[in-house]
Amino acid sequence: MADKQKLVVIGNGMAGARFVEEVLACGGRDLFDIQMFGEEPYGNYNRILLSSVVAGTHDPKDIFINPLAWYEENGVKLHAGVRVGWIDRQSKKVYAPGGVTASYDKLVIATGSTPFVPPLAGLATESGEFKPGAFVFRTLDDCDKMVRYSATARKAAVIGGGLLGLEAARGLLNRGLEVHVVHLMPYLMETQLDALAGGMLGRIMEKLGVRVYLEKATTAVLGDDRVTGLAFKDGSRLECDMVVIAAGIRPNVDLARQAALSVERGIVVHDDLSCRNDSNVHAIGECAQHRGQVYGIVAPLWEQARILADRLTGRNPRATYTGSRVSTKLKVMGVELAVMGDNDPRREDDEVVTYVEPSRGVYKKLIVREGRLAGAILLGDGLGAPALLQTFDRDAPLSEDRSGLLFPASGETRAVSVADMPEKAQVCNCNGVSKGRILEAVRAGHRTLKAVCEATRAGTGCGSCKSQVQAIVEFASDGLVADDPSVHYYVPGVPLTKPELIEAIKERGLRSVSAVFSVLADGREDPGSKAGLASLLKIIWGREYEDERDARFINDRVHANIQKDGTFSVVPRIYGGVTSPEQLRRIADVAEKHKVPMVKITGGQRIDLLGISKEKLPEVWKDLGMPSGHAYTKAFRTCKTCVGTEFCRYGVGDSTTLGVEIEKRFQGIESPHKMKLAVSGCPRNCAESTTKDLGAVAIEGGKWEVYVGGAAGSRVRKGDVLCIVDSHDAVLKYMGRFMQYYRENAKYQERTYDFVERTGINKLREVLVDDAEGVCQRLDAEVQAAVDAYKDPWQEAAKPVHPSQFLSLVASVRR
Amino acid sequence: MTTIAPSATRTYNLGPAELVPLGEGRRFQIGHIPVAVFRTRDGKLFATQAACPHKAGPLADGIVGAGKVICPLHAYKFDLGTGQPVGNDCKALKTYAVAVSEAGDILLSLDEQRPAPAAGET
Repeated sequence: MADKQKLVVIGNGMAGARFVEEVLACGGRDLFDIQMFGEEPYGNYNRILLSSVVAGTHDPKDIFINPLAWYEENGVKLHAGVRVGWIDRQSKKVYAPGGVTASYDKLVIATGSTPFVPPLAGLATESGEFKPGAFVFRTLDDCDKMVRYSATARKAAVIGGGLLGLEAARGLLNRGLEVHVVHLMPYLMETQLDALAGGMLGRIMEKLGVRVYLEKATTAVLGDDRVTGLAFKDGSRLECDMVVIAAGIRPNVDLARQAALSVERGIVVHDDLSCRNDSNVHAIGECAQHRGQVYGIVAPLWEQARILADRLTGRNPRATYTGSRVSTKLKVMGVELAVMGDNDPRREDDEVVTYVEPSRGVYKKLIVREGRLAGAILLGDGLGAPALLQTFDRDAPLSEDRSGLLFPASGETRAVSVADMPEKAQVCNCNGVSKGRILEAVRAGHRTLKAVCEATRAGTGCGSCKSQVQAIVEFASDGLVADDPSVHYYVPGVPLTKPELIEAIKERGLRSVSAVFSVLADGREDPGSKAGLASLLKIIWGREYEDERDARFINDRVHANIQKDGTFSVVPRIYGGVTSPEQLRRIADVAEKHKVPMVKITGGQRIDLLGISKEKLPEVWKDLGMPSGHAYTKAFRTCKTCVGTEFCRYGVGDSTTLGVEIEKRFQGIESPHKMKLAVSGCPRNCAESTTKDLGAVAIEGGKWEVYVGGAAGSRVRKGDVLCIVDSHDAVLKYMGRFMQYYRENAKYQERTYDFVERTGINKLREVLVDDAEGVCQRLDAEVQAAVDAYKDPWQEAAKPVHPSQFLSLVASVRR
Repeated sequence: MTTIAPSATRTYNLGPAELVPLGEGRRFQIGHIPVAVFRTRDGKLFATQAACPHKAGPLADGIVGAGKVICPLHAYKFDLGTGQPVGNDCKALKTYAVAVSEAGDILLSLDEQRPAPAAGET
């Protein structure tokens, strides 16, 4: 190993310690000698939970993230309880009292912030210390002192009605004190709320037993040798035994300023998180100022920590931080409040959606800008908050149905409050994972959806419980849930979103899965990403795609669906579910000849031969003489039909003919996930076309409704009407267009019903019907090319791609 | 050829390495013992027990990459070199020493515990 670089981190709080965790997770231990300076004499703890320590719901020892031993185990030298004195950028050294010095190649400043203390007469004693009974609320020691003092106190005042002040107030109320909140502004939490919400929150706090004073300026702390009360500018007084000052925070920038780094409100950093005038010095967390913003909540800090770790360790040297969308939850028992983004409209065309229910203290307000959520206040009713938060975080398009956003339908799984769910309740019905098991995993330190799913296997089956697992992770981690960047990646092994990945693949001309790994993932081959990349490359390059069979899932190597015993299922194509005596006879003969253990009619109107060994597949296909039904892969599967006008006395459209046409045209077209279709000859919809990925329903007047995004599997969703057309050709045209758009834009393994919901049916109509983006001609041409490229994979029976392609046992030797 | 040396391991020739396509796995059988042999894209060979300890899935049919295999049935992941489970708490896989001969054949070594195999095994 080459000489390690020296990495010094000043600050062992939420940002600094998280950064070091991220560095270690990227293999940073082999790249760096890491030294950390922390002012507090501890490992690092979860500062967000300090309010729970005050409230007595968490023991101080429960909020530690990494104890001192962790640093030693991971080869990190921590100077605990050491405050850095100055930074010498010339010699690249950090100095601390007691002769401690540390040289650095890379320096990260994560000094956080300190409480802002307004000038109050009588706050300090002659020695300059706070008068007994006066506290700030920032560190574990602050909390400890406050809690101990509160044991003998009766009446507490909190100066500041912001997030922190209210949490402190609730905590002290829990300790049995009479609590008074004194706030300078006209309503509580004025930076996050509007006047209406602020007023309602004030009443809720009063109902909980907290006295709230607004527009009240504190001028003095009363008492000779300890706090006995407060005096205000309006001449009034308040008697109290203790006072907690929670009037805001100020970034700790003294070290940086003295080192002549560029400092405004915080330490100014670029998008690469380096300081303006020294690229070897970085700042993250509450002390950093990025694009004019200084963040005081955890999510942006962690994003910065991850991005800086990505850059410094080379995991993703091009990673940049472009700012965060800020959301927060008030952690006050008995109050449900979530806020995100803007609290008031900023532009003329912003749409404001509100619902107010004063008697119950429910207030919901959404700021919608250009079809996306620019901000929200959700007070008093947590229903729908996780879903909205997710929409906000991802900047995803909103559903047109605004009331559905505020009041999620009762059938939705996510509407079940995970907080009320008993621990025994089974969440993942595929793997039998209970809520309790998920909580355990979170407590054991798994903080992302992905990590929890890996640890418990929840959500790894059909995946329909993932939103619920996510909600439990959020609930259990007290807002500490980590943003997992890989959820935005197309595949976990290549750190790019789908559009970025497509661009890179086209630009660099990468035509095989191994080429993608070597160019875009530093040569790191990720088995879990192979099949997704293969699917994408095939869609991008068509015939130019360089097929590598090892990148395929076994089903796609042998063109059959693997079963629990390692045998395979064979489903020949039966176009539109219309068969013939001759075809049935042949299938029967094959089943007899090969002693097929089970012959089954499928839900897709075809016949499944189950229990075929790998060796026998080519022979079975040859004997059948029918093309593959693709019942094993992510592609167009089948098109169910009802009998329609040919025989049915109600039929208004020729559903069987259209179904056969659809299946002949689109057979075998690969897509991000399977596509199951159906055509119904009248609105009675016997073929269940409205709950298919794509469906057509004949209506009177020779017309067809084209549905997209239906589902009747792990979840049930009625499809949306994309358009109404008047010919078979038009149905084929719009279905093809939708398929191509889905192929290009959906994530791997994203079914049409999730894709349609995510994209929004109005957007789809604009793009695919009105041609608002001018892409229809291209989409039609691309899908035609895919249709033209169709080749029955079962032809490999005669010409295997490898001599051992269909061998389940290659050789047997004697012992 | 069937003489059993008293030493603890014995090596078997399973045929040309090309029998296993690059980046894939295939199943072989040595006496009663089914073995999955993998040939990674960088040309290295690995050999493990053939059946997944979870539900006996055919590991040789799994997707291989970065020295790991993902079982095709329920996506349990294992390290091919050590046999250890990755991201799950399944039992570890038994691994076998495997190498390529100068002639390009797969040479697999087994620990011989029993003195003589039963006759007629295939």
